[in-house]
Amino acid sequence: MVDPSLRQSPLATLHLGGREGQPAPEASVHLAERRSVGKINLRADPGDGVLMNAFESVLGYPLPLDPNRTSGDGKRGALRLGPDEWLVTVPGGQENALFGALGTAATAAGGKHVALSDVSDARTILTLAGPRARDVLQKGCGLDLHPRAFQTGHCAGTLLARAAILLHQTGDAPAYDIHVAWSFAAYLWVWLEDAGAEYGVAVGEVE
Amino acid sequence: MKRQRNRLDVGARIDRSRRLRFHFNGKPYEGFAGDTLASALLANGVRVVARSFKYHRPRGIYSAGMEEPNALVQLGGGASSEPNLRATQVELFDGLEAASVNCWPSVNFDIWAFNDRVSGLLPAGFYYKTFMWPKSFWHSYEKVIRKGAGLGTAPEMPDHNIYEKRHQHCDVLVVGGGPAGISAALAAGRSGARVILADEQAELGGALLGNGERIEAASGVDWAMGARAELDGMDEVRVLSRTTAFGYYDHNYVLMVERVNDHLGAPPGTLRQRLWKIRARQVVLATGSIERPMVFADNDRPGVMLAGAARTYINRFGVKPGNRAVLYGNNDHIHQVALDLADAGVRVEAVVDVRAKAVGEAVAAVRERGIEVMAGHAVGGALGKKRLRGVEVLALNEKGDGFAGDIRRLRCDLLCLSGGWTPTVHLFSQSGGKLDYSENQACFLPGEARQAVSVAGAANGVFALKGCLGEGAAAGRSAAGKLGFREVGAPEALPVAQGEAGALMPVWRLPPVSKGERRFVDLHGDVTVSDIELAAREGYSANEHLKRYTSTGMGPDQGRTGNMHALGILADIRGESIPAVGTTTFRPPYTPVPYGVMAGRDVGVLADPVRMTAMHGWHERSGAVFDDVGQWKRPWYFPRTGEGMAAAVRRECIAARSGVAILDASTLGKIDIQGPDAAKFLNRVYTNSWNKLAVGRCRYGLMLGEDGMVMDDGVTSRLAENHYFMTTTSGGAARVMAWLEDWLQCEWPELKVYLTSVTEQWATLSISGPNARRLLSELAEGVDLEADAFPHMVVRSGKVAGIEARISRVSFTGELGYEVSVATSYGLALWQAFQRVGENYDLTPIGTEALHVLRAEKGYIAVGHDTDGSVTPGDLGMDWIVSKKKDFIGRRSLARADTMRTDRKHFVGLLPETRVPEGAQIVAEYKRRPPMKMIGHVTSCYDSAALGRPIALALIAGGRERIGETVTIPLTLQGRVVKAEITSPVFYDPKGERLNG
Repeated sequence: MVDPSLRQSPLATLHLGGREGQPAPEASVHLAERRSVGKINLRADPGDGVLMNAFESVLGYPLPLDPNRTSGDGKRGALRLGPDEWLVTVPGGQENALFGALGTAATAAGGKHVALSDVSDARTILTLAGPRARDVLQKGCGLDLHPRAFQTGHCAGTLLARAAILLHQTGDAPAYDIHVAWSFAAYLWVWLEDAGAEYGVAVGEVE
Repeated sequence: MKRQRNRLDVGARIDRSRRLRFHFNGKPYEGFAGDTLASALLANGVRVVARSFKYHRPRGIYSAGMEEPNALVQLGGGASSEPNLRATQVELFDGLEAASVNCWPSVNFDIWAFNDRVSGLLPAGFYYKTFMWPKSFWHSYEKVIRKGAGLGTAPEMPDHNIYEKRHQHCDVLVVGGGPAGISAALAAGRSGARVILADEQAELGGALLGNGERIEAASGVDWAMGARAELDGMDEVRVLSRTTAFGYYDHNYVLMVERVNDHLGAPPGTLRQRLWKIRARQVVLATGSIERPMVFADNDRPGVMLAGAARTYINRFGVKPGNRAVLYGNNDHIHQVALDLADAGVRVEAVVDVRAKAVGEAVAAVRERGIEVMAGHAVGGALGKKRLRGVEVLALNEKGDGFAGDIRRLRCDLLCLSGGWTPTVHLFSQSGGKLDYSENQACFLPGEARQAVSVAGAANGVFALKGCLGEGAAAGRSAAGKLGFREVGAPEALPVAQGEAGALMPVWRLPPVSKGERRFVDLHGDVTVSDIELAAREGYSANEHLKRYTSTGMGPDQGRTGNMHALGILADIRGESIPAVGTTTFRPPYTPVPYGVMAGRDVGVLADPVRMTAMHGWHERSGAVFDDVGQWKRPWYFPRTGEGMAAAVRRECIAARSGVAILDASTLGKIDIQGPDAAKFLNRVYTNSWNKLAVGRCRYGLMLGEDGMVMDDGVTSRLAENHYFMTTTSGGAARVMAWLEDWLQCEWPELKVYLTSVTEQWATLSISGPNARRLLSELAEGVDLEADAFPHMVVRSGKVAGIEARISRVSFTGELGYEVSVATSYGLALWQAFQRVGENYDLTPIGTEALHVLRAEKGYIAVGHDTDGSVTPGDLGMDWIVSKKKDFIGRRSLARADTMRTDRKHFVGLLPETRVPEGAQIVAEYKRRPPMKMIGHVTSCYDSAALGRPIALALIAGGRERIGETVTIPLTLQGRVVKAEITSPVFYDPKGERLNG
């Protein structure tokens, strides 16, 4: 096990330290980074029932088969990214074990064409929550996020301002996970703070 | 400060208890809350507010809305100054400062008004005819002309306001908050649909705000206020006032600008405007209509205004626009307005109606009041200059196309015009909808729609209030109904009294009363009837030509009040119908939109993302100078104190050749390729063969486009039986990923291959130099680095500095080199570990510039630097990497006659006398003056520390056959000529022995 204290956040260059966790009574948006999330990109044929069952037995939930839907919760779950592609999330540090277990399960199920890639660091997750979170996102996201169109448990690949993101609604508050490429995270954080300024932004503690 | 002498004592939608002070052209005035700048100026008796564009004629307020052609003002000063605003739309606020545009030294005494005296010398097309010869003089002419024909002045300082953008989806978007739009929004809103109602004005009501009409027992305004309250109470309805929909694009995408606090003077640092990007499932356009004027001599004198505008100034703003009025038109509206004027205490001299038989309820009412109705008459000309002093009226002949009888003069200071109504079909037309001409109403109406849109009310040619309410409600109900929303409870039609109306009689032009008179069609552009006649005579008789030749409809008002007349006159001249002549195309924006709101917050640090690697913080602290590579910031070089770029790069190069250097290579594109057909896939996308690459080995690959030209390159490693790891150029990463996915998904779906972008998963550093192995051995665990165990082009996994890592022995410098990759969040820790251990090795961080020098010394290409999309592998002398035994993308193009020419430009080395700029042209035969035959160009050029001289790479026609020849690089702009010898592109260690360390 590598010393996790060596890990660095993509937001380190912003020097947010000290502001995190400061009380912001007027804030109606809460912004934080979820650093410790393991992520595995999984490619497989959803028509292979044996394989899908094998994955379910490892994950404890079925991989979502409908477009733009998720299984599990924001901490341990799967987001459907495409017809044969999912992003599986686990608490940080468990990705290697899960990676191995999924690989073993795939082999045992006779899956000849499965791709697993550890992408834990490829993207980070920014969480945005609070009564005005939707308003903040609508400033830079062209998707319809109205509760009639986008609900808890929905996900979508889209653009937020000038960054490609994976958007996942994790709660009705509303609360969102914004998966963003490591190198775009600082830009997007600055953008989110700017967009949220009129509603008051509380900078959350890093999970 | 003068009293507001034209202000009525009671009524109207202004708050007389809230006085607002403002300055116009430096003079102080006072208005009331609820005023526009135009209504406040009229209240204060200010007549001349502007000078016309070309002749600098004095102009007054002409309308009460966005169609205003005259009253353009510059608002404010300094950074927040805004040019060319229509005074009729500028809401008054305390402290407002405005000035006329296009006049000097003042609006009342304008030197350029001389143009008006010599207008015979300035006909349509004057500029085209006069200032085009000699051609090269235009730049001199332009400077002078610009001063005379200027509009406002754009501010040059940074904008201190905030602009926002926002996306919003809805079921039904209703554009226009008049009676039709309100009715549509109410009907759709009551059904539970998500509705947005956007309206340009400060408050809902549209025409009701100005025309004094009643609905049920209430005033139209009270009805609108009640509707607003009901709409505000609906959860899924959003009413946006002061919001103009200006662009209608495909898939019901509508752009709107909301003026958030312009009406408060937009103090610096506050949110001024918001751009709404609406995606609507259904759109209802209730955009109303614009009144047309009548055309006659000197019809631009201050005091001449649209009849509806006069009515609005009375009913909405409590301003008497004149004391003594004549009304002139071709429909009932002038009679309705005559009554309102009379009620407000204006003396109405006469109502001049071109219709021989002026009948209908309003006409009767006017007669009943004892006001003279001059039926079958026309106004031939206006009197006065800076203010209207009277009109000349003539009887029309029986056909109504010429005069009969003598001139009669009427004294007046206000002339109200109505030539009928032009429905505002701009957005409908932008949406792709067809327009149909209505002979009855003499206007274009919305025809067949191309998108999910309907049009209601005056915009659809339904001008009476009762019809607007009914059609609006039906449109809203229908739009929501199509989406499955049903209104609860069928509402009853609102009782509205509607009198009998007389028909309109279109009159586009009448003969001139006297020679040389100016009858303006487009007031803003100073385009007259004669200009249109001249254009037609000179062959510009197509409406698109007419528009450009005369500039009709090209001002900030886009000819809202004059275009139909221009069309009607042109049709008359051509002896054809108006629909045969057709309209010009309606394009966004509907009204001018400030750049600021289009930029929104994408300015300053948010203008574009800056991508940073995991090691960026260290680079910054170490004083790196950064190079922009796409959106990435990469260290360019690391200067030491007092060191310039040349010295730093030289030092970095020497370190790599003699010791050990470290480079942040994280930005390289990285793609995980998995699947049983992965090797087959690589064979198809790379020029070389991948069949025999063993697990744990790496290979360099060249990727071509379908045209056979080099597109990207990089090293790909085989990690396992069916698992490969591809690297691409930093700049090409996203493009290559999309390209490969395209081939897999669209062309080769049968291949069992999965691609996953892992560019950002890995932080990569590269060390190179004779001491690279010794340095790495201090940090690596569980990996045998000895040359035999870990040769060139091999990949191993292990731990480096305690971090799980992937180590590749590859080199882009020609020295012994390794790339070490770890999960990105450990990138900085890895880099710092190397710095710590590296102290004993004088480890030198290097940037992209040194890397370029080093690779150029080795003749390694940099795709996108030495190649430009027109270079084949053969051109590069890289036939060795092109397989003859298999097919790959681009292969067939390599067999084209052109790609097989032997005199193509070849990639060669150059030994220039001095360093030359990249892109410099190369000639075989130098002449003192161009033209000279260019045989190629320099692609890379650096000062080489290893060779102690400048070196260059170049593409030269037949270059490989010219090795040893001397060519010339003429640097005309720098005043020097450089000679260079053509060589092999490999300058250093041609045998490649140093790779072995």
